[in-house]
Amino acid sequence: MNDRRAQLLWFWLFAGPALAGFALFSLWPMLYSFWLSFCQYDVVAPPRFIGLRNYSYLLMDDPAFWPSIKVTLVFTAVQMPLAVAAALGVALLLNQPVQARGFWRAVYFLPSILPQAASVAVFVYIFQADGGLLNRLLALAGITGPAWTSSPVWALPVLIVISLWGFGYPMVIFLGGLQTVPRELHEAAHIDGAGAWARFRHITLPLISPVLFFNIVMGVIGALKVFDLAYAFGAAQGLIPGGPARATLFYGLNLYQQAFTYFHMGLASAMAWLLFAVIVVITWLNFRLSRRWVHYGD
Amino acid sequence: MEHHRPRHLTAVLLAVLALGACLMVLPLVWMLLTSLKTFPEILRNPPAWLPAVPRWENYRTVWEGFAYYRFFLNSVFVAVMVIAGTVLTCCPAAYAFAYYEVKHKELLFAALLSTLMLPAQVTVIPLFKAYAAMGWVNTYLPLVVPAWLGGNVFGIFLLRQFFRTIPKSFIEAARLDGASEWTILWRLIVPMSLPAVMTVVLFTFLWSWNDLFNPLVYLHNEATYTLPVGLLYFIARAEQLTGGSAGLVPWHLVMALATVMVLPVIILFVAAQRRFVEGVTASGVKG
Repeated sequence: MNDRRAQLLWFWLFAGPALAGFALFSLWPMLYSFWLSFCQYDVVAPPRFIGLRNYSYLLMDDPAFWPSIKVTLVFTAVQMPLAVAAALGVALLLNQPVQARGFWRAVYFLPSILPQAASVAVFVYIFQADGGLLNRLLALAGITGPAWTSSPVWALPVLIVISLWGFGYPMVIFLGGLQTVPRELHEAAHIDGAGAWARFRHITLPLISPVLFFNIVMGVIGALKVFDLAYAFGAAQGLIPGGPARATLFYGLNLYQQAFTYFHMGLASAMAWLLFAVIVVITWLNFRLSRRWVHYGD
Repeated sequence: MEHHRPRHLTAVLLAVLALGACLMVLPLVWMLLTSLKTFPEILRNPPAWLPAVPRWENYRTVWEGFAYYRFFLNSVFVAVMVIAGTVLTCCPAAYAFAYYEVKHKELLFAALLSTLMLPAQVTVIPLFKAYAAMGWVNTYLPLVVPAWLGGNVFGIFLLRQFFRTIPKSFIEAARLDGASEWTILWRLIVPMSLPAVMTVVLFTFLWSWNDLFNPLVYLHNEATYTLPVGLLYFIARAEQLTGGSAGLVPWHLVMALATVMVLPVIILFVAAQRRFVEGVTASGVKG
């Protein structure tokens, strides 16, 4: 196998399918959707070039575009910090010498891998106005709970709670990072009289900064891409997706509806490219900033 | 540091962990309890916490009465096909990227990895257009075919990482013995990498089993639904299906369906917790 041509042949035999898949299912659709974002396209008639009109309509005239951005940003701004904080908190607890660590880790991690359609159905039932578990518990305390899931005020907070149930995923990543922090460093600092907070701030935090950064970036990107959660939330209550009153009209859900309910495929492609541009910028910032902030060791 | 930890602190730690764990498990317990109740029991106020007699018939009702087994079998079929395609195409790709010295290899690999960043929303519209033109809508081809062309890029990444830890001398020795590259991959490298392959299989299963977006886009015929779409469809039509009980959703049946859907994931997780944890940790390490 020192023969270069034989290597080349085997390389393409082995990696060829994956590279063909890359071209067919990623590269081509990506470029084509860029083209579609400058077209009017309703599936029935062929795409017709209309210049920047999709983009200008979105930014200036579309009644749903800005509300969906607002919902998505509020969700991101609240959910991501809470999820990262909860994940780091529980990971720090589990990193202590505690009995049955594997068991606790399993319990906290499990919800994050369950199908979201099922978890949303369970939570919608728990948050039901009449007969829901939460309002029944509140009633025992003499409180009349609101109609959580069908109230425009409470719907988004409820979705945040549901998605926080899945904080186990970043938690496991934190645990992996924490386990690389050498015990001796803590012992030495302890002997030098450093308190628990000082040790966390000056030893643990710098050493786990790569995973912290990773979880923050993934948390933001995940929050921007929310779909299953929001779609299932509406569908499980027989609401129009995004309801009540657009309170849960996430960007990804808005895009899906434009494309597959109204068949505004050109417009939806423009929305997809705006989302993609934001994700590319975040990823680029991530690379730039992480060099300055993140301690990668030697 | 643990030697100087006061005993009561350990107790507090355990209490906090246990309290949090109860909150995590509560929704699942409630799901299971509800799935075993009767319709009058879930409507009663003040509430019935426990079913008077566990009604396992609820499961038969949804399984047979509402042809739920069909959604279940559809989901199983799609997952099996997706897993088979993933293993058959990701292992060779990972091997090629791990062991061959080919011009622009790193560039090609970076291009492949960059698709992890590409949101499904960007590709779905052109793909839908193409599938519709080929008559693939309402078939499983849009869900399955990408997997047969190395669609699981994370899997390729994970396997390549693992393959690279295997000393090249093993491969050289096998080559001297006259083994073909194909044989080396499937008879030597893959058996040595079973933990990594299992991790990829489990995560592929999760993505396929839990996926709501793609089935929603491509499957419009009730008979083809997978579980996530089937569950939402059942809730939407529950009143009709259960004989129209005045706008009331039969949550006991919905929870039975949810349990059927969640159970395979829980069983796999309990059986292979370490593989899951390794997979998640690996996804963070590259960050």
